[in-house]
Amino acid sequence: MDQHESTYKPGSRTAKWWDERLPVMRMMHGQFVDFPTPRNLNYFWTFGGILTFCLAIQLVSGIVLAMHYIPSADLAFDSVERIRRDVNYGWLIRSMHAVGASMFFFAVYVHIFRGLYYGSYKAPREVLWIIGVLIYLVMMATAFLGYTLPWGQMSFWGATVITNFFSAIPLVGSTVVTWLWGGYSVTGTTLNRFYSLHYLLPFVIAGLVVLHIWALHVAGQNNPTGVEIKTKSDSVPMSPFAVMKDLFALGVFAMLFAWFVFYAPDYLGHADNYVEANPLVTPPHIVPEWYFLPFYAILRAVPSKLGGVVLMFAAVAILAFVSWLDTSRVRSTKYRPVYRWFFWLFVITCLALGYLGAKPAEGVYVFWARIFTFYYFAHFLLVMPIVGLIETPKPLPRSITEAVLGKGAGAGSPVAAAASPEKR
Amino acid sequence: MSSHDDNNPHASRRDFLAIAGPAFAAVGGAITLWPFVSQMNPDAGALALSSTEVDLAPVKEGQAITVQWRGKPVFIRYRTKKEIDEARSVAARSLPDPQADADRTKKGAEQWLVLVGVCTHLGCIPKGQSVGDVKGDYGGWFCPCHGSHYDTSGRIRQGPAPKNLEVPQYAFTNDAKTKIKIG
Ligand code: HEM
Ligand code: FES
Repeated sequence: MDQHESTYKPGSRTAKWWDERLPVMRMMHGQFVDFPTPRNLNYFWTFGGILTFCLAIQLVSGIVLAMHYIPSADLAFDSVERIRRDVNYGWLIRSMHAVGASMFFFAVYVHIFRGLYYGSYKAPREVLWIIGVLIYLVMMATAFLGYTLPWGQMSFWGATVITNFFSAIPLVGSTVVTWLWGGYSVTGTTLNRFYSLHYLLPFVIAGLVVLHIWALHVAGQNNPTGVEIKTKSDSVPMSPFAVMKDLFALGVFAMLFAWFVFYAPDYLGHADNYVEANPLVTPPHIVPEWYFLPFYAILRAVPSKLGGVVLMFAAVAILAFVSWLDTSRVRSTKYRPVYRWFFWLFVITCLALGYLGAKPAEGVYVFWARIFTFYYFAHFLLVMPIVGLIETPKPLPRSITEAVLGKGAGAGSPVAAAASPEKR
Repeated sequence: MSSHDDNNPHASRRDFLAIAGPAFAAVGGAITLWPFVSQMNPDAGALALSSTEVDLAPVKEGQAITVQWRGKPVFIRYRTKKEIDEARSVAARSLPDPQADADRTKKGAEQWLVLVGVCTHLGCIPKGQSVGDVKGDYGGWFCPCHGSHYDTSGRIRQGPAPKNLEVPQYAFTNDAKTKIKIG
């Protein structure tokens, strides 16, 4: 981990006793109290803390739900209804968990787009970024598995459609799907194993989060300028500066969260999921949860089954390669006058795909889904490599301090080349 | 691992152990892993449910019924003359998944079409069994999930589904051909 000088002083004899045997407090102090944090972080940097909070909420509410939930085809739906009506505060805890999944994805999307805008995936943060992509992938799996548990119509048909993605694999596809189901269709057997995995994966996420933060504290945080910390005046200790900012943002986030929990607990879900699963009737319009809609639009934009499935998985996987696809020397999009336009076009593309994913797959919707699917991939495969090569970035501040306090402030005497990487 | 004397043309006993040991461990590991993979496959109970008998006598011409087999719906349609003619008049070779109607029905019982009612795209249940249902552009079935159209032989004609609706294994169990056993 980052080698800054520790300011930890054991405050009592007990603390000293521990410090000589298992210096956890020293490590926590070094990583989360006096850790040097760029002094110019904006509110987009508070989402890491918010995400940790979301994971904690899902774990606590989930473990409580598991005390009342019954993973069986006959009883699952009723047990969730009982949680809502009969279990003390079950309505609250269930709603925290269901809304929590949406809030978790909202936060992770802000976090990912933050990384894309400020070039946080660029060296030396490639591994950090890739671990982030893995967390996102496991989150998607967890949320999909969780959504089958209430065993409503959307649960059942969502599970059917998504497991059927694997039937697109040539030759062994249907064998794989039968194996996943433990039968010849989605049944109670499937529900049971999904429950087991839904319980497991959040702990895998927790493990990945530890690695993610470890990698973060090796490289140090990026910041809105994309210029690394050079001198002491570029940073502030994490506590109280970043911690207070994080807590304030968390408070605002919690208000939004609470508004959904108390006033619109089902707004982000789908009414059809309050109809018990019926293996003989597909609802007329099946759609996934909102956070999967862009990928669903990509799936349906392709007129071939295998092609659609491959492109959909590729849309997630491609994120793991941006460190190498982006050829720009400058991290932050703030200093990239050309790329900036493409960045916002990409944001619009993702929102548009989300909108189209919720519409029926016909006529003009399919047409636009194809256009935006094209741009989604073109952004990574054409725009990122090409714009990085041809664009002339704006001059970077010589240091974070200069960016904050203006020219002539505490920039030290940086080596010219290192200070202006935008000049080739 | 290398032998401790590189000039020695003969492999040593230690070399042998260094290869054989890990090889045995790898094979043993793989064999131990298998039960953990295999337990996810359908169990004896699921396999035992693998056949269903259906009495077709009450079904009238133009009607369709849905029965359940291995947890999936099976569509049984008593086709009209017009539907059979439509299915037989297209050139099988021109279809996305070429198959003649005659290969999808039993000889002497061409009016009966028996299909697994699961869309070959991503597994939704197509519409077309009930009287009021949309039946798609080819008069058979229509899958609302992503818009696949099937004809009166259950063959895919348009949309993302790659294959025709599956014809399950079935046989008539009496001479009058009014009973079938699926599976
Ligand atoms: C990454 C963290 C997690 C995410 C994203 C997540 C997501 C979800 C989602 C989307 C649902 C469906 C909610 C609904 O619409 O009703 C759900 C249900 C459920 N989850 Fe989780 N979950 C997480 C962690 C956990 C944990 C750690 C447990 C502990 C066992 C758990 C137990 C349950 C149970 C019992 C249900 C069924 C009750 C219900 O539907 O409300 N979850 N989860
Ligand atoms: S599942 Fe039938 S068209 Fe996609």
